[in-house]
Amino acid sequence: MGETFLLILLLIDATVRVATPLLLAAFAGMVAERSGVVDIGLEGKMLAGAFAAAAVAAVANSAWLGLGAAIVVSMSFALLHAYACVTHNGNQVVSGMAINILVAGLGPTLAVAWFGLNGITPALEGAGRFIGLNLPMSEWLAPIPLIGPVYAEVVSGHNILVYLTIAILPLVALLIYRTRFGLRLRAVGENPHAVDTAGISVAALRYRAMLLCGFLCGIAGAYLSTAHAAGFVRDMTAGKGYLALAAMIFGKWKPVPTVAACLLFAFADALQIRLQGVVLPGIGEIPVQVIQALPYALTVILLAGFVGRAVAPKASGIPYVKDK
Amino acid sequence: MSTTASEAAPAGTSTGRAAAMAVELVGVDKSFGPVHANRQVDMAIEAGTIHGIVGENGAGKSTLMKILYGFYQADSGEIRVKGAPVRIRDPRDAIAAGIGMVHQHFMLVDTFTVLENLILGAEDQFWVRRSLDQARDELIAIERDYGLEVPPDALVAELPVGLQQRVEILKILFRGAETIILDEPTAVLTPQETDELFKILRRLKAEGKTVVLITHKLQEIMAVTDAVTVMRDGAVVGRVDTAKTSREQLAEMMVGRKVLLRVEKTPAKPGAPVLSVEGLTVTDEAHQPKVLDLSLEVRAGEILGIAGVSGNGQTELIEALVGLRGFTDGEVKLKGQSILSGYQSSDPRELRHLGLGHVPEDRLRMGVVVGFDASETAILGYHDDPAYNGRLLSDRAKVVAHCEELMQAFDVRPADPLLRTGSFSGGNQQKLVLAREIQRDPALLLVGQPTRGVDIGAIEFIHRRLIEMRDAGKAILLVSAELEEILALADRIVVMHEGRIVGEMPTAEADRRKIGLLMAGITEDAA
Amino acid sequence: MTGDGLPRWVDLALIPLVNLLVALLLAGVVVLLVGENPWEALKALVWGAFGSWDQIGYTLFYTTSLVFTGLAVAVAFHCGLFNIGGEGQALIGGLGVALVCLTLGDLPWPLLLPLAILGAMLFGGFWAFVPGYLQAERGSHTVITTIMFNFLAAILLNYLLVEVLIEPGQQVPQTARFPDAGHLPYAHEVLRALGVRTGPSPLNVTFLVALLAAGLVWLFLWRSRWGYELRSTGANEQAARYGGISPGRSIMLAMALSGALAGLLAINEVMGSQHRLMLGFSAGFGFTGIAVALMGRNHPVGVILAALLFGALYQGGSELAFEIPTFTSDMVVVIQGLVILFCGALENIFRRPIVAFFRQRTRETPQEAAA
Repeated sequence: MGETFLLILLLIDATVRVATPLLLAAFAGMVAERSGVVDIGLEGKMLAGAFAAAAVAAVANSAWLGLGAAIVVSMSFALLHAYACVTHNGNQVVSGMAINILVAGLGPTLAVAWFGLNGITPALEGAGRFIGLNLPMSEWLAPIPLIGPVYAEVVSGHNILVYLTIAILPLVALLIYRTRFGLRLRAVGENPHAVDTAGISVAALRYRAMLLCGFLCGIAGAYLSTAHAAGFVRDMTAGKGYLALAAMIFGKWKPVPTVAACLLFAFADALQIRLQGVVLPGIGEIPVQVIQALPYALTVILLAGFVGRAVAPKASGIPYVKDK
Repeated sequence: MSTTASEAAPAGTSTGRAAAMAVELVGVDKSFGPVHANRQVDMAIEAGTIHGIVGENGAGKSTLMKILYGFYQADSGEIRVKGAPVRIRDPRDAIAAGIGMVHQHFMLVDTFTVLENLILGAEDQFWVRRSLDQARDELIAIERDYGLEVPPDALVAELPVGLQQRVEILKILFRGAETIILDEPTAVLTPQETDELFKILRRLKAEGKTVVLITHKLQEIMAVTDAVTVMRDGAVVGRVDTAKTSREQLAEMMVGRKVLLRVEKTPAKPGAPVLSVEGLTVTDEAHQPKVLDLSLEVRAGEILGIAGVSGNGQTELIEALVGLRGFTDGEVKLKGQSILSGYQSSDPRELRHLGLGHVPEDRLRMGVVVGFDASETAILGYHDDPAYNGRLLSDRAKVVAHCEELMQAFDVRPADPLLRTGSFSGGNQQKLVLAREIQRDPALLLVGQPTRGVDIGAIEFIHRRLIEMRDAGKAILLVSAELEEILALADRIVVMHEGRIVGEMPTAEADRRKIGLLMAGITEDAA
Repeated sequence: MTGDGLPRWVDLALIPLVNLLVALLLAGVVVLLVGENPWEALKALVWGAFGSWDQIGYTLFYTTSLVFTGLAVAVAFHCGLFNIGGEGQALIGGLGVALVCLTLGDLPWPLLLPLAILGAMLFGGFWAFVPGYLQAERGSHTVITTIMFNFLAAILLNYLLVEVLIEPGQQVPQTARFPDAGHLPYAHEVLRALGVRTGPSPLNVTFLVALLAAGLVWLFLWRSRWGYELRSTGANEQAARYGGISPGRSIMLAMALSGALAGLLAINEVMGSQHRLMLGFSAGFGFTGIAVALMGRNHPVGVILAALLFGALYQGGSELAFEIPTFTSDMVVVIQGLVILFCGALENIFRRPIVAFFRQRTRETPQEAAA
């Protein structure tokens, strides 16, 4: 009993760790699509953020400077996406894919040039990394059954970016649903003509949405390379940007269901790490590849099975052109 | 208030009168690439009046008003508000200058409430809640002042069209506009809703607002305006006081020659029934009934017109008849043979082979593929006809030759089968679609909005073709939002309201008032 | 003349060329950033791609692979679909090729090739058909599902090569070598038989298959009723439905065909060059296909030219990596990204000035325009 309980706690703990970048990226995608810009480049922006964070953190030996660099770089790519899609009415999917491929090549290229390492940045240690924090009262609560272990394993012990994310997400939701900016953001994703005739610039709104999107992706990237891992590795996002997009669609472009979908994906991922090498009664050992496939297969099944069609913001993916 | 402008005097602004002018346009000129949309337009709109602007499709009315609202910049010319020159670079400037506009397509966010739509762009608080609370009291005051009741917390998507239009007017009043432009506001309204709108416009005038009404319907000009400016080919051709003019005179100014407001035709000689519909019920994607237990019959050699405000099931009826939409109940017979009795949508191709032609109501959405060259658009729906195909590959020469034939027969210009479909004017695209459907000589032709967005020369041509087809003994089912068109073309009229046929009459016995009441769902016993 | 009044050559050649030049210019900036001389790098790159017969052979070998993946993206694009799954479809196509070659490998190559092509197309086509089906019937967007199918394909192939198809007694996850009889003839072998001596390269008869495929794709898209249905669906789905065309069927057909073309990549790589199935043989060519299709304006002739360009980049790039240690093949990926950006997403950036320039010119010479 005690061991199972601890196992569950560890699983939840792992879920939180895996969910953090997914949540940030999914909210980034949500802000972008709510404004009418489809962003398949979440993957690339995260990867760019991860490289920038790891590179700067390695040189400056400061995880915080790394985080700043990740945000700046990721926001620059978001601006590039906006420039292509909003200013020049480019194809949004093509633009996102271009950024993904560009970054996939740029990271390792610069890693070789700057650090002489093949596709990675130097391993980070000390101040170059965000490490787990032991929250106060951890020891004091430890003897209490239930609360003690839950506090120690699930609530405490994460790095600062996890707590930052938990603080940021409700703020983003508040921004979208309760503020003037949010009202206009939701309007421009549904009917940009209404926004334009009301005397508000459609382009400016979408640019601002993309900046916010880049900001969130930057944090996600920094988390991957300076908190979750200890350095940049080629293609280290491993499809998380696409998974986040799928989670957002599955969450019907709304914050709470999107959080739920991200946690579900993260749980599947945490489970697959736990299940490797485990012998299940009656089935035997599950091939490691089957377990690896879990999150991807789950995405396809959820998208095929449960998503209704007409819930996306109406103007999402369509460049805004004033009609004649 | 000056109402002494001489009859048909050229529009212009004498400085002496300027003080009483709400808005003046001086020498406004605008080109889109090779298209000269506005030519040296001078126009003066007196404060506290209802001013009409009439003209054909493409006469430049909408472009002019969009310049006034800051959507486009004029290439040259000046805008004056209350006598003072202003620069209007975007809608924000227009709003600041006291100008508001109700667009042809409503500029509302469907997923927002009335109140949220109202404050969009005019919110001055960081938190939406505060702006909403402030706006609520103001909205109620405006609603009371102008008699414009709308529930503030209703979702816009759930409001009927008439009320959505009121939300648009409320938005403008909320922003404190002095001059209100309405672009073809009656296109989506029943005659009764139109009367209701006109009452609102008179109320606005009584409260001291200036109203600009853009329309191509002359009876509306006569009914509600004080003065009217007529446009043709991007230029102003004259300005008259409404009280001193007539529909005939305005029509002549609009097109530059005498116009037949009625199409010449002989009485119909109806033959055997071609299309029989029995108890048809069609539901939409959300399982809401759109057509309810509807029965009708179209005979050989007659045109049956379906009148009704758009959105009352006409679209769904036609889509069901051509196999694009399944239906839940009923039977459809073509020449006595049952062709549709299914829950599933069927194959529109098969129906075409059975002699059913279809000119879709929304040409750009359905009738043509703008990226295809004309010859490819000309075989849409018939692309697998053996006439254009070898065993594996299609026969380009025959496809092009076929298109040339159609272009000649229907005078499509330019007669170039290899030109992109999107490069043709609206009228010529429509002629191409009509040619494609009519030249097959179908026993039954279903036509939706045949002259929407089509210039007057093409309208006459299209009307003549439809009459010719009728005289050749074909059956035609016509749906049009233009009551005038139904009255001019149809031999028999049925009126649709909320998915049902609420009235039927021979055109000879039809009058506008009766049809208008039926369109609003008011049957004669109730009226 | 096109929609905005440009001569055809401007629309089809000048604008893509300007976009390409800007992309390459920026790639030069990246080279500078890496601390090398862009001009020297360019010279080395061109020399590496075309400097000798065997280098040309390598260039054309990569070109062959890219024609297939480029055509795959183009066919889907004409149906309004963005197939990012070329990578996975190629891997699964490789599985089909390997199964044919392992079971029937003793057949002489002219007999084996059609069977292997069938295997590649069926397997690759199936891997794309499923996302197509899911989009048509369930509304799940192909962009996300095809990416997921890339991951799934890699994992599936990994499983099969580790657990099932691995050469008995070996540690490396790859199949046994295919029997010699079924190897496709190399270009240098054919040329030697004709008396021309060239250095060895992996270029093989699949090159001709690629050219044939491009021709067939053109016939299919613009000269067959199925191609008509597919293009109608892509250009205006409502109009297609009006014309009695089932958009769902077009989508499934387009995806299956697209996947089948991507699968053919395996003929070149697996059957033509490596002679065994190994992990990751698709080497990112599936993604490069996107750049090739965009650069080639989704037209088979354009795809061949763009594939040649990228083939040269690959070959020249790998020679460059030899000579300059700070260079890796990742640089080629950077250039790909830039080309997709400028030829795809930013294709309109220079369009407006160019249109304005030609408008002005035609206005200055009205007689010419009238004639």
